[in-house]
Amino acid sequence: MKYTILIYETPADFAARTDERRKEAYWGAYRAYTKALGDAGVMTGGAALQPSHLATTIRPQDGNQRVQDGPYAEAKEQLGGYYVIEVPDLDQALAWAARCPAASTGAVEVRPNLSM
Amino acid sequence: MTGDAGRDTREAAQLAARDSYGRLVAYLARRWRDVAAAEDALGDAFVAALESWPRAGVPDKPEAWLLAVARHRLVDVARHASVEGRAVHDLGPELDQVDRDPVFPDERLKLLFVCAHPAVDEKARTPLMLQTVLGLDAATVASAFLVAPATMGQRLVRAKARIRDARIGFEVPAPTELSERLGAVLEAIYAGYGTGWDDVTGAGGRGYALAGEAIWLGRLVTRLLPHEPEAHGLLALMLHCEARRAARRDADGAYVPLDRQDVTLWSRSMIEEAEASLATAARSGRPGRFQLEAAIQSVHAARAVTGRTDWPAIALLYAGLLACAPTIGARVGHAAALAKAESAQAGIDALVAIPADAVATYQPYWALRAHLLARLGRRDESREAYDRAIGLSDNPAVREFLAGQARVAGGGPS
Repeated sequence: MKYTILIYETPADFAARTDERRKEAYWGAYRAYTKALGDAGVMTGGAALQPSHLATTIRPQDGNQRVQDGPYAEAKEQLGGYYVIEVPDLDQALAWAARCPAASTGAVEVRPNLSM
Repeated sequence: MTGDAGRDTREAAQLAARDSYGRLVAYLARRWRDVAAAEDALGDAFVAALESWPRAGVPDKPEAWLLAVARHRLVDVARHASVEGRAVHDLGPELDQVDRDPVFPDERLKLLFVCAHPAVDEKARTPLMLQTVLGLDAATVASAFLVAPATMGQRLVRAKARIRDARIGFEVPAPTELSERLGAVLEAIYAGYGTGWDDVTGAGGRGYALAGEAIWLGRLVTRLLPHEPEAHGLLALMLHCEARRAARRDADGAYVPLDRQDVTLWSRSMIEEAEASLATAARSGRPGRFQLEAAIQSVHAARAVTGRTDWPAIALLYAGLLACAPTIGARVGHAAALAKAESAQAGIDALVAIPADAVATYQPYWALRAHLLARLGRRDESREAYDRAIGLSDNPAVREFLAGQARVAGGGPS
């Protein structure tokens, strides 16, 4: 069963990515997490995303498409990346999600993938 | 009233409510043979009490009042269902007696054996105990076990349906099977406490939020079965681990492994209670898994008095534990003790003998492996193992601790 772990990060998390004093801890934690997923043979995909101020959003308006700078919704936590994992059940997906560094700072959301 | 006194009063009230709740559920469930129906009826009785007691005053015998209301509710529900042929009469006479008798029998032990019955899904056993005996709600239990609340709800409903439909008996097992069945009860309670709290590998583990509840259940079992040494052993084990709670984090919230903890922060009263429990267990002359685990923690606790840790004794106790309960945790603990008592190489040898499949996601294994490889000067392998241990940790304080260890091992003088 495939699950996607959606990683919602706080402004402090995004800042930690480039902060001289905190970036080693930030990237080190994600490198270790990614390695653990890979070594356990459960990771099937994923990506880290640039901060939401670099997002561009398209949505319909009056029969046309309107293009806007910024993410689709303003919120304190923003999508920072995702992992796709393959595990037998939701219990195990949640166990992996709890190990994601953002589970201690922002929020992580686990969703079963639709199988196509 | 000071804050402490307020908290004490609140805790006393909670404990009294918890004690009553479990006794009432156990009593009703045993007679009705339906845990869910008993809980629902009791829930309705509590709602009625909240409505009635403030107006009419608290009755002389609150429990008898609650039981009477719950019984009426059960009978009502059963009458509606009696078209399906369900017997209504079997609860009536006995509960009438309860109304007259202020002391009704404590059936919680039977309820605990039902919760940990072999026919009940293993994953549901501890949650079922926490819900039926302590009255915790499914959402709280779900968070403690890192399970989706909807999943936990379904698991509990299914387990209760199984108990009812399979007519699992509410009874204390016969002496011939008591020890095996009690083992399942104790394991379920220990699962509520959480594992790896005091890992000698310095890796830490997931300490569940329900440690206090598990200890409460452990105490309950020792009271209900005072002559079972393993029950006392489990209580001693949990108390020894709990005694160190305040020492596991420093003033900045950083993780402190067992061998670096400030022993003056350990709870002396809990250690004394743990030692007394272990002594009670030992008098039976019937050792077992939990007594051995408690004995290992007892050796660690002795450092508060002697200033040192007797690692050869710990290694020996782990060897005994492996003979009766060869869990992955015990094998890793044994390797850690060998590394301290003999050499880092001895520890590594014990680790590599564990099948790789079994430790793929077992974080303490990787933390110990990383530490021992660093001691042997195998820096690249150590670095890899540290990464794996960090990636498998769900606790930020532990992650930071391991990252610090990895930095020391990777370049700086050690």
